[in-house]
Amino acid sequence: MSANLNPKLTAAQVSVGDELPPLTVPVTATTVVLGALASRDWRPMHHDRDFAVNRNGVRDIFINTPNNAAWFERYITDWTGPFGRLGRMKFRMNSSVFPGDEMLMSGSVKNVSTDAAGCCWLDLNVCVSVDGEVSTSCEARVAIPEDASDNPWARKGDQWRP
Amino acid sequence: MPETNADIPQQVLDLIGKHQYEEETEFEIEMGYVYNTLAAVQNANPLYWDKSFAEQVVGAQIAPPTMLSVWFRPHYWSPGFEGERTALQSHFDMKRIMELPEAIIGGNESIFGVPVKMGDKLRTYQVLTSVSEVKKTRVGTGRFWVIEVHCFNQHDEHVGTDIYNCFGYRRPAQ
Repeated sequence: MSANLNPKLTAAQVSVGDELPPLTVPVTATTVVLGALASRDWRPMHHDRDFAVNRNGVRDIFINTPNNAAWFERYITDWTGPFGRLGRMKFRMNSSVFPGDEMLMSGSVKNVSTDAAGCCWLDLNVCVSVDGEVSTSCEARVAIPEDASDNPWARKGDQWRP
Repeated sequence: MPETNADIPQQVLDLIGKHQYEEETEFEIEMGYVYNTLAAVQNANPLYWDKSFAEQVVGAQIAPPTMLSVWFRPHYWSPGFEGERTALQSHFDMKRIMELPEAIIGGNESIFGVPVKMGDKLRTYQVLTSVSEVKKTRVGTGRFWVIEVHCFNQHDEHVGTDIYNCFGYRRPAQ
């Protein structure tokens, strides 16, 4: 396998208000369990329906926090390409995502800036919705190449200011 | 359950700002878990699937930044331990001390530093930073608290910080 060493997205290609292409994901029990175990989260509400219903008072097992983060990362870097480097991510769960739900991931560019070290930062508003209701909202800060010669992954020390 | 800030046990007040559970990862960072995570969310990023590409772009094979908390979760069982082993132990300590049987993570913020590379050995500590007054929510009545988890690699470089907003509560029937 040999990936393209040219950045997919550079600063000149992004403007405030740009929208990320939507992504829909049908959620099954396997989606939830796979995500929980991949993130080494053994808590029963993510694999044991009886526990989730009777102890947590919810309708089924549900997607766990680290897996939520992994879905956001995948969604964002699908758009930026591999040169996109996450600096910061903040999210809030309003409601859980259960088997049988269809996640709709969407997002937009809130701000584009270049810091004192010359790093181009995109502030993104991203969310997961189910049946038209936002279940998780996320504010992400991702660095992309300023131009084709820049590589955010090469930034270290004072050059990396997430 | 204590009803006001004045009723927060001294044991909890003493924990605010204190470094707790300083520990190292139980194994060196490895691609097996990375592949499981990528598969779970169908992440095709060549930075993680293509070793040659990763070495050209980053200088090494690395893990996705959002996997930070994964590396500090204990094995479900290991020799010498009995019962369930839990991550974010200071969160479970808060539930026990505050006598709140249920808890959820309502929000999470992560700040990512130096990339985590294959073979890294990470260390971490947890800090309780705040505890709220009693709040009533749709899931029950309890308190919010914030826990920060700071992580470093074997070179003492900051690899990231996770900040958890937690809510410990009693359901209306409890």
